[in-house]
Amino acid sequence: MESGKVIQETPKIQINRSKVKQKEAIIGWLFLLPEMIGLALLYVFPLIFSLILSFSQWNLLGGLSGIEFVGLDNFKQMFQDEKVLIAIKNNLQFTFMVVPISMAISLVLAVVIHSNVYLQSYFKVAFFIPYISSIIAVGAVWRALYHPSAGPINQFLMSIGIADPPKWLADTSASLLAIIIITIWTLIGYVVVIYIAGLSNIPPSLYEAASIDGASNFQKFYKITLPLLGPTHMFLAITLLIGSFKVFDLIAFLTDGGPINSSTVLVYLIYEEGFQKYNMGYASALSWLLFAIVSVLTFLTWKVQNNKMFN
Amino acid sequence: MNFAKLDKLKLVNTIVLGMISIFFLVPLIWMLSTSFKYESDVLVYPIEWIPTSINVVNNFKAVWMADIPFYLFYYNSIKLAGIMTLFTILISSMAAFSFSMLHFKGKNLVFFLMITLMIIPEQSTLVPRFILIRWLGLYNTHEALILMGMFSIYFTFLIRQYMISIEHDYMEAAKIDGANYFTIYWKIILPLCKPILATVGIIKFIWTWNDYQNPLIFLLDRKLYPITMGIQLFQDDYADNYAVIMMASVSAIIPLVLVFIILQKRVINGISLGGVKG
Repeated sequence: MESGKVIQETPKIQINRSKVKQKEAIIGWLFLLPEMIGLALLYVFPLIFSLILSFSQWNLLGGLSGIEFVGLDNFKQMFQDEKVLIAIKNNLQFTFMVVPISMAISLVLAVVIHSNVYLQSYFKVAFFIPYISSIIAVGAVWRALYHPSAGPINQFLMSIGIADPPKWLADTSASLLAIIIITIWTLIGYVVVIYIAGLSNIPPSLYEAASIDGASNFQKFYKITLPLLGPTHMFLAITLLIGSFKVFDLIAFLTDGGPINSSTVLVYLIYEEGFQKYNMGYASALSWLLFAIVSVLTFLTWKVQNNKMFN
Repeated sequence: MNFAKLDKLKLVNTIVLGMISIFFLVPLIWMLSTSFKYESDVLVYPIEWIPTSINVVNNFKAVWMADIPFYLFYYNSIKLAGIMTLFTILISSMAAFSFSMLHFKGKNLVFFLMITLMIIPEQSTLVPRFILIRWLGLYNTHEALILMGMFSIYFTFLIRQYMISIEHDYMEAAKIDGANYFTIYWKIILPLCKPILATVGIIKFIWTWNDYQNPLIFLLDRKLYPITMGIQLFQDDYADNYAVIMMASVSAIIPLVLVFIILQKRVINGISLGGVKG
């Protein structure tokens, strides 16, 4: 109010104000400039360029003039490509094992660590170390542990009477499982930390009130802990779900998608087509498939989340 | 009476969790123990947790004094992660400053578009980025990785959320005085944002340190490799010499774990903050 009066009385200040505004806009765009150049160069341009490429056939080594438009051929090929089907199936299998198992184990660990345990900070660190360690260094360790005939894991399995343990990374029926086990092992520390953050947001007075009403620990868990962690469950489910469709490092490092495609996934196929066979067109079509899947998942989880908020 | 009961439960919990935590540490203990061994002792069963004959010096030499010594990978990783972290903090905080503190037309639209771009998976732009990097003549250089690693929508978003919670009085007062915006950003706002900048810095550093995909695709020259690719080299060169490979893994993991143990509160808080707000 007061400043409005001042402006009415002295028009000179008003001019200064609009100048200030103009200056602020220029400064605002200047501060945004580096980020926007980056986004244009690394997000917008690649997205458009890969869309064009996905309708063409191009071997990188042939130079720009070698681009040949082929319409929907890449996409047609994609839906008939047995490898793509296997990759999607593997992605789904990976997701539906990694996400629920790591969430369930971590929830239990987090509840115990958060409420009732000695050496609390030791446990936080111990579970978190696999997550912080380079996944490649960790992968090298597990490759040795998984050694089919003489590795510690199979030696142990044989010593407890399992005569014919899986050959893990060298086994078409166990390679994906081997990757899943390592992934869960590295992820749990992260999920535990997120759950503990969620747990510390629950007011202790709720538990005290429940105790006064004579609720058992089990009841407290089901009636207070689980529902109040709703947003945390949601956040983790979304992040882990999307993350598991992007899985690549361990597979590229340990199995190259094999043996016989048994552990291949979508991102590995993109890598194989684009950077080993240099089929840039087909790799771009696969990239758009990945983008589509991740977008749909993001949209669906966002919708579920909003619905939950309304209820 | 009640107290004694509680403590008993607490003790049982501790013991059970302790046993579970061994499962998480055993692969790393095996790694450490193997890095001290002769190759012939590595796959002996039952496992010799404490090696009977020690070959740690030769394993260490094989890793740290190889044709491409391991410290070169360290140098590359520190250089890459350091530079990318600094640039990310600078660029993201500048954008966040603009989004949260300055008022101008079009700002909200740009912010909305930026958030929309966030759903694009990094991997689905690999092919065009690869072509772009070759066009720019940056293939097989650190500059390529740095260029691709210095922008982050996610971190811009995190820093913006933090800046929004800062009192705007400073800004209004400074604006009326016609103060220099760069000074406000650098001298007032950035120092106030130290906690979130530390968080972002730590997360970005760890991510870059552990990145495998980009170096795999954009680097060719072994002398430019970061640690993750260095381990790949040992894996390729030593195939079944697990003692040497484990020494390489130890060299990659242990220093980072020590740093983590020192900074654990910061790291864990950072990761959970990023999680809760993201």
